[in-house]
Amino acid sequence: MKKKFFASLVIVALVLVATSSFSFTGPKPKKGASPTDNAGLTLPAGFDAAIVASNLGQVRHIAVTKEGDIYAKLGRAKNGKGILFLKDNNGNFQQQNGFGDYGGTGMRIHNGYLYASSNTDVYRYKLNDKDEVENPDQPETIVTGLLDHGEHNSKSFTFDNDGNIYVNVGAYSNSCQVQDRTPGSMGQPGCPILDSAGGIWQFKADKMNQHYGDGVHYAMGLRNVVGLDWNDQDNALFVMQHGRDQLHDLFPQYYDTKASSVLPAECMYELHKGDNAGWPYIYYNQIEKKQILMPEYGGDGKKSADKKYLDPVVAFPGHMGPNDLLFYTGNQFPEKYKNGAFIAFHGSWNRSPEPQAGYFVVFVPFKDGKPSGKWEVFADGFSGEKVVMSPGKAEHRPCGLAQGPDGSLYVSDDSKGTIYKITYKK
Amino acid sequence: MIVAGILIPFGLFFAHSFQNNSGVNQNSSTVFQQQMLPGETIYKKYCISCHQPDGGGVPNMAPPLIQTSYVLGEKETLIKIVLNGLKNVDINEETYNNPMPALGAVLKDKEIADVLTYVRNSFGNKASAVTTDDVKKARAETKNKS
Repeated sequence: MKKKFFASLVIVALVLVATSSFSFTGPKPKKGASPTDNAGLTLPAGFDAAIVASNLGQVRHIAVTKEGDIYAKLGRAKNGKGILFLKDNNGNFQQQNGFGDYGGTGMRIHNGYLYASSNTDVYRYKLNDKDEVENPDQPETIVTGLLDHGEHNSKSFTFDNDGNIYVNVGAYSNSCQVQDRTPGSMGQPGCPILDSAGGIWQFKADKMNQHYGDGVHYAMGLRNVVGLDWNDQDNALFVMQHGRDQLHDLFPQYYDTKASSVLPAECMYELHKGDNAGWPYIYYNQIEKKQILMPEYGGDGKKSADKKYLDPVVAFPGHMGPNDLLFYTGNQFPEKYKNGAFIAFHGSWNRSPEPQAGYFVVFVPFKDGKPSGKWEVFADGFSGEKVVMSPGKAEHRPCGLAQGPDGSLYVSDDSKGTIYKITYKK
Repeated sequence: MIVAGILIPFGLFFAHSFQNNSGVNQNSSTVFQQQMLPGETIYKKYCISCHQPDGGGVPNMAPPLIQTSYVLGEKETLIKIVLNGLKNVDINEETYNNPMPALGAVLKDKEIADVLTYVRNSFGNKASAVTTDDVKKARAETKNKS
């Protein structure tokens, strides 16, 4: 595998050298990466990537301060530290003392605080005028006691501009079967999971110790949302749902392995209070562009549901694992990227025996808060493999996105703990 | 890769012949060979999504089946995981968030014996075969408990 990886690096490097020889105007070499290999990534013309940190652990979401320093949330605390702080010293990132002894996913800076989530709680740490945490051992608990049954336990979050925080509570189930992921087991009537999970909860961003009862059950019928962001143009919440797994494994009479590898869609939803995206009763078929009744609830792969649920604003092929969403508001990238959506796809696992898919960062153009064109792959090559047959073979897996003060895009990888910085050369 | 593909079945054949000498599984390697193919079919039908074509599992979600005491150790423990499922257990200090479903009502004794024999002798694993009797015994014990 290593050999293949290096061989593909060499090929990428050769292609880049060959193609850049015409337009080579001598960009300054980046620290920490060879100037020609783009850190192993393929990018649109004019973009450049460098690795700014590696071997950090399972880096889930990241946040970049106005000084350009990086906070990284680890899925599992490493040496008792679940949050890492990397200080930008002229492009050379130096790891400072870590803090927060819990694993988790969420990491954002909001109104002078660093917010972080474990798999049950949301905490915040006061930042000084240099955006440093001065009391790492004394976070304030904002939300506490959210459900964690292992499966889909990331408590990702984002903020609106009116003092609210939106927190995902993923369903602790694939499709609300009586017996989770068991062939032939049917759906639980009136899926009881939905009362306390499988949705987005809204809380106050600056109120302490809020429980479920203090929040608003903002949107439901969402299986698991790891990537979510507020769209300022539309003044609305956008989320990326992880669609259900294993249609063929559980209902081979309705789905062959090919259909099961691409269905159902990974959906982007625009959410407003009271919306219901329909899990576990329906899924969205991106090929036929319609809502289909889940086989656990009487579906046969074709039947649509009687009740109509929320339609997605963008539907991607199945199982690619959208782990972060970011609306780009910077000025560094070309005009077409302004206010558009970047999505980090972690990469699929339940497409076997078909090849896996994802392991890239995608871009969706937006105009006035609505998608305005087709999605396209923006950054690829994270896996280091031409074809990924098994996720364990992927070298890197995109998981978090953040925008730097200069408009650079940062991408984190929770497999090897790498952070990439993507810039545009004017 | 291709060479390994050719060599491994031979390796298994010899390893198994050796086990026969120690009386683990009577009635020769043909019985063993008769388990590997149907075992692979069961694996591809029920196990491959989570545990993957290479037995490597899915990081943080489904554990690998390669060189782990769960697979290579006590047969009874392994059989009971297939019968009753497994949830929220750290394996080799790694957390796996997806539950293993209970397949006791889905698979017959022979199917469990075949697929476990296949798993214990694939992906670089080498361990004794699991027999239908082994599964029968474990199933009876599970029933008595509940």
